[in-house]
Amino acid sequence: MSIMEYNGGAAIAMIGKDCVALASDLRFGIQAATISTNFPKVFRINSRCFLGLTGMASDVQTVYEKLMFRVNLYKLREERDISPRVFANLVASTLYEKRFGPYFTEPVICGLEGEEGNLKPYISATDLIGAPVETDDFLMTGTCNPALYGLCETMWRPEMGPEELFETVSQCLLAAVDRDAISGWGAIVHIITPDSVTTRKLRGRQD
Amino acid sequence: MSEQYSFSLTTFSHSGKLVQIEYALHAVSQGSTALAIKAKNGIVLATEKKLPPLIDDKSISKINLLTPHTGMVYAGMGPDSRVLLRSGRKKAEAYFRLYKDPIPVVGMVKELATIMQEFTQSGGVRPFGVSLLIAGYDEKGPQLYQVDPSGSYWAWKASAVGKDMVRAKTFLEKRYSDDMDLEDAIHTAILTLKDGFEGQMTEHNIELGIIGPDRQFRVLTTAQVKDYLTVIG
Repeated sequence: MSIMEYNGGAAIAMIGKDCVALASDLRFGIQAATISTNFPKVFRINSRCFLGLTGMASDVQTVYEKLMFRVNLYKLREERDISPRVFANLVASTLYEKRFGPYFTEPVICGLEGEEGNLKPYISATDLIGAPVETDDFLMTGTCNPALYGLCETMWRPEMGPEELFETVSQCLLAAVDRDAISGWGAIVHIITPDSVTTRKLRGRQD
Repeated sequence: MSEQYSFSLTTFSHSGKLVQIEYALHAVSQGSTALAIKAKNGIVLATEKKLPPLIDDKSISKINLLTPHTGMVYAGMGPDSRVLLRSGRKKAEAYFRLYKDPIPVVGMVKELATIMQEFTQSGGVRPFGVSLLIAGYDEKGPQLYQVDPSGSYWAWKASAVGKDMVRAKTFLEKRYSDDMDLEDAIHTAILTLKDGFEGQMTEHNIELGIIGPDRQFRVLTTAQVKDYLTVIG
């Protein structure tokens, strides 16, 4: 048994036309037992930047809190919001600091990069020791990775608008978690556009 | 023998002054003049470089790069400025390593100011005998700061430090305007230096550093300095 499969969970980040999506399942379990069906794994860093974390639940919470600590100090010192690209590097640095005793969580970062009026979708992910990757389509993390890859690869297309992106990311996540015993029990989806963030909860199979 | 204490050498006088800092400022005022002017599209740093005749002037530079987009000049003790230059560069690199983003000018200034303040309060050390003029260009545009031995810092439109600072600042006040172009500022900087210069000013006894909209700090070569001097006549 690997600690990365102890609690279970899944998260996807996906790029659309002038928008990004970040979604996760809602299950919190301890091996086979489901303890909570309201444990989202996506967090708001600021109005332009969101973070998804899966893996060991304790580290999901701790890494989020430690990153917010650093982000809050950044905002106070620099008098500006941290941008997604810089935040992604902060995540990578923070995880690598624990290279020989890591946090058991694999984050996915998503947001809109750039200035007002010129915002570009941005997604990035790292492994548990901070090796970063940036792509221009989708990234995922969690215990149903293989299923997620297959579904996203098939269903993703470039230049999807917010509504279409929502449909795509929801279908990918729901279908993938249905193939994984320790992920699921509903999902939460955030669609981030320059003007707003729309959050929807999905019901899905409750098993 | 208590080994965990280390008492500060910089202590308050009864009048509320830190005499060591006053003395450090005195050391600064004996250093050769350095000045800086912020234009609407960049900043110029200028300094006298009066050296004994046998010194190889190419081997000494008072104006130095902190990062590709920030530079500094000092007045006062050269060796002290080298320590701060080294520390400043390291802090900037550490910031870049953490964020993969160049350090904002204010951030750089704050780091240096913090170091300088620590040396007025830590045990067994003395304050730095330099005042720094830091020029940088980031998202907030061109910015010019002065940092003193106490660790205080201010943003300036134009400033001077060192031997001739009073006369230089008066000269600058008369000639400064908010919508100066970088080229005008360079011109004015040279004139300000020339105004109080003892002897003949050549490309070997002054130094110029500039940063423009390309956000790259550069120390001008003697050939480039000579070109500017020729224009001024």
